[in-house]
Amino acid sequence: MKKERLDLDDYRKFLKQYLLTHDETALYQAEQLSKLSVQHNVSPEEIIHVHIKALKELYPDLQQEVSDSLNFLLEAMISYGLALQEYQSLREKQSALESEISVAANMQKTLLQTKKPTITGLDIGAVSVPANQMNGDYYHFIEGSDGTLGIALADVIGKGVPAALAMSMIKYSMDSFPEQLRQPAQILESLNRVVEQNVDTSMFITMFYGSYNTKNHTFSFSSAGHEPGFFYFQETASFSEIKARGLVLGATSDARYNEEAMTIHDGDAIILLTDGVTECHLGDRFIERDEVLEVIKDYLHLPAQEAVEKVYKHFERLQDFHLRDDFTLIILKKET
Amino acid sequence: MNINLSIDVATTDNQTTLTIKGEIDAYTAPLLKEKLLPATAKEAEKIVVDLKDVTYMDSTGLGVFISALKSTKEHGSTLTLVNLQERVHRLFKITSLDSIISIDTTTRGGE
Repeated sequence: MKKERLDLDDYRKFLKQYLLTHDETALYQAEQLSKLSVQHNVSPEEIIHVHIKALKELYPDLQQEVSDSLNFLLEAMISYGLALQEYQSLREKQSALESEISVAANMQKTLLQTKKPTITGLDIGAVSVPANQMNGDYYHFIEGSDGTLGIALADVIGKGVPAALAMSMIKYSMDSFPEQLRQPAQILESLNRVVEQNVDTSMFITMFYGSYNTKNHTFSFSSAGHEPGFFYFQETASFSEIKARGLVLGATSDARYNEEAMTIHDGDAIILLTDGVTECHLGDRFIERDEVLEVIKDYLHLPAQEAVEKVYKHFERLQDFHLRDDFTLIILKKET
Repeated sequence: MNINLSIDVATTDNQTTLTIKGEIDAYTAPLLKEKLLPATAKEAEKIVVDLKDVTYMDSTGLGVFISALKSTKEHGSTLTLVNLQERVHRLFKITSLDSIISIDTTTRGGE
């Protein structure tokens, strides 16, 4: 590390000024010099060295004991100088790590990118906001050549880098399934084996997979312990929970999943979310699922993308813009 | 974040009862793991976890119980959760973990 020498002339000038006048501004200058010294990696013993020199120039007849004692002090400061050097090098390492993590986060973003499809008759909105740098929620749209739209929504339990890596694993596995094997239950069973064999025992993934048939407008779906979403039925203006039970991915190797189906009519909507939405905190209080529905209902008449963004903004404001968990909300509306 | 969890461990012949009080989240889950996992590694041990005073648990807590369950299978011990509060029980139901982890809501832990 580069060490710069303290400007002896300045130091002498301020020291002299202070000794003669006891002027506060000189003390202030000393404080400024101290800040500059830290910035330029000037060690404490270097400052004492300059101090001794300046003092001797100002008082050539300086008492020998005073001069000796200052040399003694200089030796006593050496470890502090080393500690300062170590601190500087740790700071450099930390900023290198931070930039590496931000590169990784960007890479993950690119790798996991999903394009929101444009499908005639379907209005799709999706928002996913990480609580920290790396998002533990993941959604993915897969368009089949037969006109089906696959929607995957997953929440990796466990935070930070390991969770992000597990998510990439899910995405690659899903990409590797041939189209004819993309049935919800089948996908979850295969992914369960992948997760069970490959992640730490305390890590698991909740996932919802739905397949929307754009020809007959049926929505078939399976859930691996994922926070239930909702259907909205326009005819009765009511919501109903998407009932699908299944074990989280990664808990046992032989999990089996049920597949359910629902016919979607004009004006109906499918609402999928992660528990970051329902685990919103308001101080000590949780937001109940009914309250979440109320908010969604308020915005559901808007275009789907605008609706999910408005709902997100609503909860962000409630939590003073500080999310505790990743927040993902997807709305699919069948246009009338 | 303040650590808001206390765990009381009582051991009798072949049975370990953990009485947990407070919130199980990302900050406190390591403490639970530290107390629970060694017990599951004892062959034929019966482990009862009393969650009566657990007011909040998040998915990190579920992760610890999945780990513990895997460990019981490996070591031939058993794990039972008792006295779950509604919010905590809901988590086990949504994730279907109640189908593989034994949950008893009618009896008190240790009886």
